Amino acid sequence: MHEVSLVESVLDLIEDSARREGFSKVKKVVLEIGQLANVEPEAMVFCFDVVTRGSLAEGAQLEMFPSPGLAWCTTCHNSVEIASRDMHCPLCGGYALQVTGGTDMRVKAIVVED
Amino acid sequence: MCITCGCGGDGATFDAGSHDHSHDHHSHAPGVSASRIVEIEQDLLSKNNAFAENNRQRLAARGCFALNLVSSPGSGKTTLLVETIKRLQGRLAVSVIEGDQQTSQDAERIRATGAPALQINTGKGCHLDAHMVAHAMERIPVPEGGVLMIENVGNLVCPAAFDLGEACKVVVLSVTEGEDKPIKYPDMFAAASLMILNKCDLLPYLDFDVEAAIAFARRINPGLQVIQLSARSGDGMQEWLDWIEKGVVSAQATRPASGYVRVSGTSARFHR
Ligand SMILES: Nc1nc2c(ncn2[C@@H]2O[C@H](COP(=O)(O)OP(=O)(O)O)[C@@H](O)[C@H]2O)c(=O)[nH]1
Ligand SMILES: [Mg+2]
Ligand SMILES: [Zn+2]
Repeated sequence: MHEVSLVESVLDLIEDSARREGFSKVKKVVLEIGQLANVEPEAMVFCFDVVTRGSLAEGAQLEMFPSPGLAWCTTCHNSVEIASRDMHCPLCGGYALQVTGGTDMRVKAIVVED
Repeated sequence: MCITCGCGGDGATFDAGSHDHSHDHHSHAPGVSASRIVEIEQDLLSKNNAFAENNRQRLAARGCFALNLVSSPGSGKTTLLVETIKRLQGRLAVSVIEGDQQTSQDAERIRATGAPALQINTGKGCHLDAHMVAHAMERIPVPEGGVLMIENVGNLVCPAAFDLGEACKVVVLSVTEGEDKPIKYPDMFAAASLMILNKCDLLPYLDFDVEAAIAFARRINPGLQVIQLSARSGDGMQEWLDWIEKGVVSAQATRPASGYVRVSGTSARFHR
């Protein structure tokens, strides 16, 4: 359940931003979660509700959108999209894939009230 | 105040990770304030990664080779560390950071060998993070030209995401766990540089397929190195010790040449 720490990081980044931008209430949080980031969206929502209780993000809506898993196939030399790490190349069937994208987790933006 | 992060903690108790949130409920008059969008564009792990980078620079300044040992509980990490330290005695200095949810039993097992060890108890936390390790590194020697072993909390999932500043993650898989673990928990095997297949002394009694386990792991991580050993019988240990010594040599070779390293974000200086 490292989702707890991930959500704590989200709150941390929001609180930093609140100090800079001077808002007092967060209504919505938009995250980008890579398909290969090993994160359970349902667990994120659950942890978000618990961790943000009593904070400036209490009750905020959590929106997550996935970014695709990408890999470079070292057999057929193509960039391909993959849904999990345990996948072969959809073009040549080889397993020698180097993951090039879809592992990041980012706070994109938040909707706030002053 | 701590120079690593200015967190104010003296690090005396290490049940880290518990950020207390106050539970006062803010009340806001609805409808009086207008909404606006604030762009953030920051990685969720950015803070952890900044601590990890600081740790990495502190280690580099001392030419210390740091390993992050990850596995499910009971694969034999502590046993492997104890046997490793015994065999390195008089050749390489080793310090150990032990991560467990509870108890300091593992640190005590390490200290019995004579090596310095610090226990971090994560409480409910399922992994070590770079901030905890930064504090731990203030409290035990970071051996110059030696090795820092970090035994992570037993968990094949969560520790994969958290860089501690180590040179390499080493995943320990014991042969009693089944050969399919690399494809069931791919992130850990993707994050590791070396897989140790432990408890090979038990192979005659099991139907564990060594070749299949290695093939599954390399399917996830084609560049993964593999060492088969038994921490119990000592078979295969020499290959592991050689691997460590090579790591120490390269940590020494890449050590910054200047007299000190300025670590970003702190005023700390490290002399050599
Ligand atoms: N047969 C056998 N048992 C081992 C070996 N290494 C560790 N063990 C046993 O596995 C159990 C768990 O070991 P421990 O080092 O505490 O695992 P950890 O949780 O990964 O630190 C203990 O009973 C060890 O004695 C090995 O190479 N062979
Ligand atoms: Mg242990
Ligand atoms: Zn291909």
